[in-house]
Formats: sequence, C-alpha cells, structure tokens
Amino acid sequence: MAAKLALAPIPYFWPKEQICGFYEQVASWPVEIVYLGETICAKRRALSFEQWLEIAQQLAQTGKEVVLSTLALLEAGSDIAMLNRICSNRQFAVEANDMAATQLLARGTPFVSGPHINVYNEETLALLAEEGAYRWVAPIELSGATISHLHARRPAGLETEIYVFGRLPLAFSARCFTARAHNVAKDQCAFRCADYPDGLPLWTQEQHRLFTINGVQLQSGLPCNLLDKVRDLVSIGVEVLRISPQSQGTEQILGIFRAVLDGKIDGDAQAILSPWAPQGYCNGFWNGDAGMVWR
Amino acid sequence: MELVCPAGSFPALRAAVDHGADAVYIGFRDGTNARNFPGLNFDEMEARRGIRYARDRGARVFLALNIYPQPAGWKRATRALHLAADIGVDAVILADPGLLRYAARPHPELRLHLSVQASATNRQAIAFYRERFGIRRVVLPRVLALNQVQQVVAATDVEVEVFAFGSLCVMVEGRCALSSYVTGESPNTCGVCSPAHAVRWEETSQGRQSRLNGVLIDRYRPGESAGYPTLCKGRYQVDEQIFHAIEEPISLNALPILPQLLRMGVAALKVEGRQRGPAYVAQVTRVLRAAIDACKTNPTGFSARADWIATLDRVSEGQTHTLGALHRPWQ
Repeated sequence: MAAKLALAPIPYFWPKEQICGFYEQVASWPVEIVYLGETICAKRRALSFEQWLEIAQQLAQTGKEVVLSTLALLEAGSDIAMLNRICSNRQFAVEANDMAATQLLARGTPFVSGPHINVYNEETLALLAEEGAYRWVAPIELSGATISHLHARRPAGLETEIYVFGRLPLAFSARCFTARAHNVAKDQCAFRCADYPDGLPLWTQEQHRLFTINGVQLQSGLPCNLLDKVRDLVSIGVEVLRISPQSQGTEQILGIFRAVLDGKIDGDAQAILSPWAPQGYCNGFWNGDAGMVWR
Repeated sequence: MELVCPAGSFPALRAAVDHGADAVYIGFRDGTNARNFPGLNFDEMEARRGIRYARDRGARVFLALNIYPQPAGWKRATRALHLAADIGVDAVILADPGLLRYAARPHPELRLHLSVQASATNRQAIAFYRERFGIRRVVLPRVLALNQVQQVVAATDVEVEVFAFGSLCVMVEGRCALSSYVTGESPNTCGVCSPAHAVRWEETSQGRQSRLNGVLIDRYRPGESAGYPTLCKGRYQVDEQIFHAIEEPISLNALPILPQLLRMGVAALKVEGRQRGPAYVAQVTRVLRAAIDACKTNPTGFSARADWIATLDRVSEGQTHTLGALHRPWQ
C-alpha cells in the first residue's frame, strides 16, 4: 500500500535531552515524514532555532522528508519574528498553522497547510493550492465523509494527510491551563508543563477522562485511533497518515500502522496497539459523531 | 470609535438602534452564522425591514455569515451571500477563506469584514486577508493583551474591531473543537457551542447537575446559582482538585480601558450577544453609548461609572466581569 506515515510535531514540553534523544531514534523508525518544532507555546524554548535545524538536517540525511512546523497562536511581535525566521529558511518546507505563515512564505513557496488552518470546502483547498500548498492536513473535527469528498476533488498536486493516531488538538487559548491548575500566572509559569510529558489529565467529577491540558492547548482526553480505517484511507488514495508523538510507545505505534499499511499484520492489530493507550480511544469525528465517541 | 451591537431578532435590532448603536449585526435564519439557535435570526423580509429601520435612523447593518461551510452546505452559504448583497447590507462578516475568495468575484463592491471566527490575531494574518480579498475590517479574537491590540492597530491599515462586552470565549475563536468533541456540533461546523438540545439538568442527592451529551459539566450545592453548561465553564477534576479548570462563568467588560482603545485607534467596539433578548441589548447599548460619548468628550478624565458597571454586571454571565486577555494578569 502506498501511503506514507508522518510524525506530527511533539505537542508537549519535553526537555532538550529528551527531544534530541527522541529524534535520534526517529531516524531509524518506519516513518517517511517528520514535522519538527514548537507549535503550542512561544515561551517554550527547549531548543533554539539553530538546534532544530540541526535535527532537521540529521533527519534529512537519513532520507526523511522534514517539515518545519509553526505556532498555531501568534500573539506577540516576537512570535512573528520567529515565524519569519522559519518561513525564510531555504532548506526545508514549512507547515503553516496560521494564515500568517502563508503570508510570510512568498507566494509559490511549497508548504503544508497544517491541522489548524480551517479547510472545510473545495474553495479553500483551491486557495491554498494557489498559494503554494503541496499538502493539506484535514481539520480534526471533519467527518471521514467530508474529508473523502474534499480529497476526491482536491487540486492536482495537493496531497491529503489525515490525523490517524494521538490525542487530538481541540483548542488554543491565551491562557495557560497548566499554570491555572497550579494557581500561578502564565507570566510566572516556571514551565510547569515540563512536569507532564503527556499533558495533564482533566476528568469530570465522575472520573470521565474528558480533556488533556497541555499549556495553552486542550487536547482530547483519549487518543484518536483510526487504525481500523487505514485500508479504507489507502483505497481512496490518501497520501499521508499522521501520528502524534507521546512519551512512550511512539515507535511501536508507528510500527503497527506501518505493518498494517504493508499488509504484514491482520485482525489483531488493535490488540497489539492497546498497551500504548490503556485508557481507550476515540474515533467519533471520523464517523460523524461527537469526537469523544469510540465505536 | 463606533459601537456595534448584536441583534438576534427585529425587536433586538430596534432596541440597539434606539439606544444608540452605530451599527447592528444580524444573521440569517439558515444556519450560516455562529448563533444558529432555534427561534433566533432573520429571514429575508425581517432583514429588509431591519435594514430599513436602521438606515432611517442613521445606523448600519452587518450580516454575520461566519460559519465554515462544508461541501453539503456550500450552496446555502453562497445563497446567503448573494442575498446579503441583494438586500444591501453594509458589510458581511466572513470567516471561511473559501467563502472570502468566492465573495470577491460576484460582489466586488461588497464590504468584507473578517469575523472573529477567522482567528486572525496578528498583522501578517490580517495582511493575508487584506491582500487576497480586500477585507476592510478585522474583528480580533479575545486572546490579545492591550499592548498586542495596539501593535495590531498600528501595523495594519484595515479597521480593527474589538469585543468590549459580553460572554467570553476563553479559546481562540475559530479554532475550538471542544463542543464538537463532546456533542458533535461546534461553532465551525454548525454555528453552535454546547448546543441546548444536548443539555440535561438533573436533581440528585449530590445536588443539581448539568450534563452535555451525557458528560457531567457541573454539580451545584443547594442554593448555588447554576449557569448554562458551556463546556469551557464547567467544574472538572485536575490533580485531585475540583475547580473551574478552564474558565469561570464571567463576562468581558472593557469599559475601564475605553480611553486606551480610543487613543490607539480602534475603529469599533463590539458587544457580544445575538442570543440575548431586546432588554439585554437595550441596557448594554445604552451604557456603552453613554460611556463612549463620555470618553470621546473627555478621554483624560474618563472613568467607568459605578452605575454603568453595576448595570452591565446584572446582565452578565456569572454576574461578574473581567478585562479578559486585555490585561496581563489574565494571561
């Protein structure tokens, strides 16, 4: 089967050593595309831009397609300055997660329209292709039917990427919910989010695992899992499947998706996957349900 | 600095115009805007009547068409756009990049405002929409600090509209899928957040409880006032603590900083609340009109009067207010 696997940017605040160690391993993992960089919080600077570029170069040398990802919420002038540096790098493609990135990439520069660009119809796909997008990542709340419809009518040369595994990026805020949970101001956050390599769980008062707090971002409580849909996705010609990193098991998760893509695994793939998400999954968005539903 | 007020119905529009709104924003009753609630919004005849009423009194009417239409709803959205142009609204408020691209072709004369739902928080994003589609105004998401608003105003030549009063989205508008995660419907997909049909109230031995599509949002002690179960305003458990882990029920009120907003060149102040009734619209419009006029007359001596704040607090979510992201402590 001819779909590529992509590793989404690390959503959490990991220390520099962990990030570097992670990408040293990624080099040998069965994934074709690696998205790199900080997309959540401008205050997190575990690595400098130059250090990210080093990782990018090392991965590129091992044959990976490397894409530099960008912030979804740009507020300060310094955020734009950093975005500008990323967009004017001459080596690697950029994943735009805000229209500011599209603006800063000279028209025609190849880019990926990331999951935070709202692509809900063909007209928007046409616009992004015109601007230079060579790939679009479908917004997480669209149903499989809508994504398939748009995929079938996408402009020539535009690849479709679908979020198939990981906690879903649901919302962004100016506030930091990790800081709030510790009753400290965002200005004095002392990087509390570094204590939660997989985010901070948020439960309802009846112990329903509802969301995951990740600094200024809220994610789904449970990871999205479209393993059962992989064959369907490949059969309609979806080019890229996206998996979001977690602190444990990313290699194994990629391996299972790779094995399913290669037809080297059958019915019990879900059973092999389950230790890496013991609390369960969701796949409601794909089925046109509430996103939290699993069926 | 003009005052832009919400109208979910003709009586609300009349209340806004009569109490001093410079402009009123409305939506069609066809699910093409972010207040797609039962019993709300305008059909063509009411919209024409509203425009006539406003024009006769020197006010303008904007049409919110700020959903993200999916393929199945595309025709409905473009039909709404043509109708808006046909009945002569003073501007359409759009969020979807595709719809913006489409609008400029058949209606080059139509004034385009970029909705808060477009999540344009910075000058480069605004420049994108201005250069591609000629937007004339941007409504800023409620995530920017005052100095950031100032930087945006200084760096762009499109008019900047900011929210001055009303219920508060704590998330960047246009990038929030919390509601669709829990209920299947969100502002982007259906023009609703935490929709009423998914709400269930229960009286239990542990107190009154609110649920959204079965998910427990909050539990109230006897005598505690209960609010609408908007997802981001529930009480949840994090690290063994139960609290408003995302946001308290609270309203935005920018009255204390009107002079700064005026001085930095903000073009318009927006009031949230098309889902609210004419009485709300009348009260809020009256107070903001008086405050803006007082501020323009004497910006250096301006202070928000206690009776204004009290009036606004009475109609506020949570009966209390904040400057939200506009002041640093909130961030």
